[in-house]
This record gives sequence, structure tokens and C-alpha cells, in this order.
Amino acid sequence: MLGYIASRAFRALVTILLVLTFAFFILNATGDPAILILSADAPPEAIAAFREEWGLNAPLWKQYLGYLWNLAHGELGRSMRDGRDAWAVVSERIPVTLAITIPALIIKLVIGISAGIIAALWRDTWIDRLVMAFSVTGYTVPSFVLGLGLMLVFAVQLGWLPAAGADSWRHAILPIVTLGVAGAAVLARFTRSAMLEVLGQPFIRTGLAKGLVWRAVVIGHAFPNAAIPTLTIAGFMIGSLVAGAVVVESVFAWPGVGRLLVSAVGNRDLMVVQAILLLVTVTMVSANLIVDIVYGFVDPRLRTARGGLARGGT
Amino acid sequence: MSALLEVEGLVKHYLVRGGGGLFGAPVVLKAVDGVSFSIPAGRTLGLVGESGCGKSTTARLVLGTLARDDGKVVFDGEPVGAVRDARWRAQRRTMQMVYQDPLSALDRRLTVGKQVMEPALIHGLGTAAERRQKALSIMDAVGLSSRFFDRYPHELSGGQRQRVVLARALILSPKLLVCDEPISALDVSIQAQVINLLLDLQDQFSLTYLFISHDLKVVRQVAHEVAVMYLGRIVERGDPEALFHAPAHPYTRALVGAIPTPLTRGRARASLQGDPPSPINTPPGCAFHPRCPRAEARCRSEAPLLRPLDDGRFAACHFPVLSTPAREAA
Amino acid sequence: MTSPLVELKDLTVDFPVGGNWVRALHGVSLTIRRGEALGLVGESGSGKSVTWLAATKLLPAKARIAGEVLLDGRPIQGLTRDQMAGVRGKRVALIFQDPTSSLNPVHRVGTQIAEAVRLHRGFDAAAARAEARRLLDRVHIPSAARRIDDYPHELSGGTNQRVMIAVALAGEPDLLVADEPTTALDVTIQAQILDLLAEMRRETGMALVLISHDLGIVADITDRVAVMYAGRIVEEAPVDALFDDPRHPYTQGLLAALPDVGGPRRRLTAIHGQVPNPAALPPGCSFAPRCPAAIAGCVTAIPSLDAVAADRRTACFRARPATSLEIAA
Repeated sequence: MLGYIASRAFRALVTILLVLTFAFFILNATGDPAILILSADAPPEAIAAFREEWGLNAPLWKQYLGYLWNLAHGELGRSMRDGRDAWAVVSERIPVTLAITIPALIIKLVIGISAGIIAALWRDTWIDRLVMAFSVTGYTVPSFVLGLGLMLVFAVQLGWLPAAGADSWRHAILPIVTLGVAGAAVLARFTRSAMLEVLGQPFIRTGLAKGLVWRAVVIGHAFPNAAIPTLTIAGFMIGSLVAGAVVVESVFAWPGVGRLLVSAVGNRDLMVVQAILLLVTVTMVSANLIVDIVYGFVDPRLRTARGGLARGGT
Repeated sequence: MSALLEVEGLVKHYLVRGGGGLFGAPVVLKAVDGVSFSIPAGRTLGLVGESGCGKSTTARLVLGTLARDDGKVVFDGEPVGAVRDARWRAQRRTMQMVYQDPLSALDRRLTVGKQVMEPALIHGLGTAAERRQKALSIMDAVGLSSRFFDRYPHELSGGQRQRVVLARALILSPKLLVCDEPISALDVSIQAQVINLLLDLQDQFSLTYLFISHDLKVVRQVAHEVAVMYLGRIVERGDPEALFHAPAHPYTRALVGAIPTPLTRGRARASLQGDPPSPINTPPGCAFHPRCPRAEARCRSEAPLLRPLDDGRFAACHFPVLSTPAREAA
Repeated sequence: MTSPLVELKDLTVDFPVGGNWVRALHGVSLTIRRGEALGLVGESGSGKSVTWLAATKLLPAKARIAGEVLLDGRPIQGLTRDQMAGVRGKRVALIFQDPTSSLNPVHRVGTQIAEAVRLHRGFDAAAARAEARRLLDRVHIPSAARRIDDYPHELSGGTNQRVMIAVALAGEPDLLVADEPTTALDVTIQAQILDLLAEMRRETGMALVLISHDLGIVADITDRVAVMYAGRIVEEAPVDALFDDPRHPYTQGLLAALPDVGGPRRRLTAIHGQVPNPAALPPGCSFAPRCPAAIAGCVTAIPSLDAVAADRRTACFRARPATSLEIAA
């Protein structure tokens, strides 16, 4: 088990490094921050001074190594726009984003998983078809369309809720619902197919043959097995708590990490973008790591199948 | 008598990760560990054993679809190379394989006729008309009427599908047919049809068979010689009547004794205890000794070689059972 | 006279297939006496498994089941699915073909046995675990104390089938239905499992229904055999009578088509043709198109399963009357 966790953790670190490296070179290859921030008709000496100040004249590999060096010392650099510490710029936005993503996550998990289970247990009935119709709709409609639609109905037409901004808790409702519905749709589909797969397994019949009532078979035998694939998607959702709201934040002008990312990319504020990417990668990768570890507990086959021999096919 | 197929000292080992997670030391899995046999032209060798004994791996090594680690395969006087070159492809044409599950061996999107003609097309044999003619005559030989020519595999029964697989193998006029559990997936009443068909085809086309099966009753029906495998090695080889009626190796004895048949009903069995050990940690000495009722000290230290017995059979046992019939004909 | 343990009367099963009902079981009647071992033989699609899944209400809900199932002379087909749960495991236990996938991969085998013990005998957790261990010993799993905490994937197929048998024994059932219990196993392991089933029956006095496509297996450990073809029982007889003197041409054909390890080597006599599609059964006797003894009457009427001798039933026009039993082989 320890070896299992160690190998997963090592892979997580490699993933983070790869993402950071990739982002560094892509961002530098797609535009000159000096020109983007100071505008193209800024005086040449101002641009030269800016380059000098931010070390943009050094060869790219030197900049990269310097970046890693600072990173290793816990320094994410300063925002090129206003000179503030990049991490401070990013971290003040995190609670704002979590204020909508955590309630949305609860909606996703509660509604998505239970709808999926209900659809699977009442397969091919009107309940199943209803759930799947909602799910397909939520799945296929892009979140900005859904967000705009909700805004149109509840803010513009009915005037019940504010359309944009973050001045009160009522401003959070539409972004939360938009995020929650889309995620619940995905999770419902996933849970339903995981349940159906498990319910078709021979051990379900064994549970019934033993004398368990259907309810007990579903709870005691189907759920633990169906949880295994469902965990993957739930883990992904937890991983996207910080950065999964880019589109929705933009639609509702919600001043979270996602909106910061959009504006920082537009400005080529490299240090801020990289700080966000680091944050996103680390949360994503740690969520995956946690899922992998939980997998090991939930699915005994993963724990001991390490190095197991494939005996089939003589 | 010159053999069509000669196999000597065939070896296939795999390195697998041992226990102890990521850092476990790799260990050797001896899938096939020194297998030798030969099959005269027009005859059938039955290769029997339980799952994991290496019989299917042996077949793939013979055909060269799996690279061998050691050993020699000579087919029709020519060595079969360990690499897939032009000569291997030419040899391969005359060595065909028939698998257990006919449905997965067939392409669901192609009609029966197209499937049967396909190998000839790939090898560029004859004109389109000639290929069609040949396909129809082969289909006739395997008992498929021409009305099946334009059907699809899913429209056929299991037995008919296996006939299609046979027709497709036969269109290249092979000399050797390697059959891996060819009837195991078929219904009881269909199995006999296919067994009889295989025997008739052997006569008609002078075919040589390497016939692999876990079912000793079926092997007895088709084989001129039988080889019994246990953990990657042949433990007994010989004439089927002798081997089944008076098995010399204790494992063969257990295998034969374990077969339930209507003829032997109610008779007490000498059951073998336990599961076969994994091919990873084969016991020292004779691999069978932990389950063997006759094992002595020597069996635990010294691996027996396959050596001839008085009646022309071969057995790899320090203490073979000699001339005491395990089971009389009922 | 006491009533038989289980009686199936005119059981029929239909499955919905593309908007139509396809009949899988055409009125099967069968009696299981207390403590006896009955073999149920047939090829794929003959209805041998469906019969028992229908009788124990384990078929999918969309299947339409009709007929009577009596347990101790009392009808049980009116029970709800949850009431049926009280019968399954406790009175009638079942084991299946693929033991490893028949066990829950995420639970320890001991837990899976203990679950049945608690359910049927009201033990607490500790007592159930002790009983699970005793059951593992009883089905001859070596070092049961260690194996009890193993997961199914850590055990061999043969050991898992022993675990399945332990689960089945947990409720101390009166009938064990074993559906192809050894088909997925190697021949030496198959022999072990058959020996174990015979031993358990001797020790507990429970009745056994052994469902198999393999006549040899059925011959091995049963007292009486019913042969099924295309959703019907075509012959039923004591095991020796069936193998020594089969009356139905299908049974005769099966035996003639069976290779053997003993006796002289002979060319097998195959049954020609194919097993019919249940959605398109031939008229009259379903076996008539493949039957060497068929006469004109065989394609116009369906023969009923009638007594041809004491304790023997055959569904064949050519097997009656009892004086013209010798059908040329």
C-alpha cells in the first residue's frame, strides 16, 4: 500500500512539473508581455526598461530555470501589472470562487448521484427516461448558454435575482445553480451506467440467491462496486473546485479565480497566470492522488493486484 | 519416417513483477520450459493439460506468432525462423490455426464467402473466379452448402461458424492445422459433428493436426499420439490407448481418473488435492511432487527427464506406474 | 404420504424479444424429493437454467412466468419478491457457473459467508464470523483462518466455488441448485468440487439439483436425470436406466455422440442439424427435424411427457407403448 501511494505521489509531481513547463513556454511563445502590458506604441525605452526590470532579455531557458529556482523557494513572482505579489493576487480570489463551487459541488453530488441511482434502479421506466432527458440536456447545453438562459429568465424576465456581480448571497444563486445543474447531469449519467453495469454482474444474483432482499443487495453489494467508477468523476469535480468556474464566473461577472485567469491571460500577466496554473494543477493532481488512494481502499483488487501474474491463456 | 513438424527444446519465459508492490523483484514465469515433440505427416498429436500448463503458448511458439526464447522448430524440412521474414510468411501459409471461439475469429461485417476467400486474396492466389470456385468447393468439403456464401456470421449457429473458420484455414491448402480447443465452445450435440468433420478433412486433404484441448475424451477421439503438459513441460507422451488405459505418470493418472463419464459413474475417484501451483514459483525437483501421491525424497530434489518406457511411451517420472491399468474398459 | 420437497407444475417462461414474446420454457413439470439428487441435462438454450431461475424468482422482472411452484406442497409463486427472499438461501440455495464473478469483488469471502449466516440464523457478528470459519473448514479450504479475510480475486476458481458452497450451506437449505458448478473449472478441480457436493449432500441430507450440459458430470453424482431439449423435458429416468437404456432418440443421440476415455475407440455418431431457435421452433416435436426415428405424426403433434415404465417418463411417440421400446440405435 505504501509503495502504491509513493508511486502515485511521484507521478503527481511529474505531472505538475510538466504542466508548469508547458505553460511557461506556451505563454512566452504567444506574445511579448512588455508590448501587451505597455501597448505597442509605448516608447521603446519604456519597453526596454520593462524588459530589463522583469528579466525578459535573458534567454528563455535562463528565465525558465530562474522561474523554477524561485518556485522551489516558494516565490511565485510579482504581477507584471501592478507589482503585487502574484500569490497574494490569486489567493484573495480563492474564497470568492469556493463560495460558489462548494455549494455547486454539493448539488452535483447529491442530485447527480441519487438521480443516477434512481434511473438505474427504475431502468426503462418513465422515471429513467425523465432523468436521462434532463441529464442529456444538462450535458449537451454549454454552461454559458445555460447561465445566460437562467439569467434571462430569473434576472431579466422575472427580476427575482440579480444578473451579475457579487454584492450579496443572492448574487451567488444563479452561478451555483448553473454549475450544479451541468455537473449533476454528468454525474447522473455516469452513476446510472456504473450502476447498470454492476447490477448485471453475477454477484448481484448471488446476493439474491443468498436470501437478501433487493434493497439489501443494492445497498450492500451494488453501491460499493458502483462507487468505484463514480469516484473518478467525483474526484475530477473536487479537483476543479478552484478553477472549474472560469466560464460561469465570466458570464455572471463573479470575481473569482476564473475571471482573474481570463484577464491575466489577456494581459499576458505571466506570473499571475502561472500562479493560477500552479494552483489549478496542484488541486487537480492532489484530487486525483486522493482518488487513487481512496481507490486502493475501496477496491481490494488494486491493492494486491500489483505485480499479479496474468495466468489466463495457457 | 520423416516428421512434418519437429519441435525441440521449446522455451518461453516471461519476466513478471513479483510480490511486494512496485519494488518487488522481477521473477521468471516459465510458460513453456523445454518442450519437444514431432508429428509425422498426416497424423495428429493431441496436447492436453489444464489451464496455465502452457499448451496454447506452445501452439503460438510453433506457429511463430510468439517469439520463442530457445528451441528449434522444423516444419517440412525447413527451420521455422524466430523472426517474421518473407520465408516465415511463406511457411505460415501452410500452417493454419483454428481457435476456440469461432465468432471472435470471424469478421462480423464480411459475408461467409468473402471470409473464406480472403486468405487466398491476401496471398494473391488465383483469379477472382478461381478463388470463388475454390471457396465453394472447400465450403462443400466442410459441409456448408453454397447458400451460406452470402450470409453473415451472426446468422449462423456455433457449429456452422466453426465450419467457416475451418474452410478459411483450408483454402490455402495448409499441411498443418493447429487447433486450439476447436470444439470447446460448441454444444454437445454439435461437438461430435465437428470432431467427425476434422477426421474426414484429415483423410481428404492429408492434413496434420496439432490438437490442443483440455478435454481428454475428445483428444482420444482424434489423436494418434498424446502429450500431457503440466506447468510448461510434457510429463507423458505416447499412444492414446496406452496412455489413457494405463497412465504411467501420476498426473496423467489423476487427469484420466478425474474425467466423469457415464461409463464410470459411481466409481470412486482418486482426487488430486489442491490447485496447480503457479508457473512462477515452480517447486524444485519434479513440479508435480507437492500433489503427487507417489512422491519420495528424490522427487523433491531432482527434476525427472522425459524418458522412454518399455512400451515406447515417454514419461517424466522417477517412479512411473508400470503395467497396472488404472481403469479397465467398462 | 408426505408431499415432495419441491414440485414444479407446468412452468412456462416467456421473454420479450423485439416486441414479441418468445417462449423459453414450454410447461416444465418436475418433482424433487427430499434428499435426492436430480440431474438436469441439456444444451444451451434448452431451458435447464431458466427453469430454476424462474422457480426461485431470479429471472429479470420483464420475464413472464406462469405455472405452479410448490414447496412442501404449498404454492410459492404468489409470494412477492421480498417474501421469496425468505425462501432463497434458507430453503433453496443456488450456486452458479463462474464462481469468481459470482462473489462480490470488494468484500472479503468471510464477510460474504457471514452475511448469509446472520441473515438465516440470526447470529451476531462474532458468532457469524466463527460460523463462517467453520464453514470454510467444512468445504475443505486449507488454512481457513487465513483465507477468511481474503478477497475473491486472491483465490483460485476452485476455492471460490468452495466459498460459494459455504455460502449456500450457511442457511442450512433443504435444496441446493448447482447451475453448471464446474464448467469454468479444470478437470481435476471439477472432480474435487463434485466430490465435495456429494459429500455435503451425504452429510446434510439436503436435496441437490445439478444442472449441466455434461452427461458425465450428471452421471457421476445424481440419482435421477431429466433431459431437456428446446424448453421441454424430453426424458426423465433413474440415472442407471437413463444411461443403460435411453428411450428418447435425443438422449440416445447425445450418448452416441459422446466420446469416452474407456472402451474401444469408435467413430462418434453425431446428431445432424442444429439446435432450433426458440423463436422459430419446428412444428410438432421440436426434435423431429433431427430425429432418425421421426415419423409423419411427429411433425403434427407435440408428444407429452408420459410414463413409459416405473419412475420413467418420455416425451416421444416412438417410445410408446412400453412394448416397442427398442429403437434401432
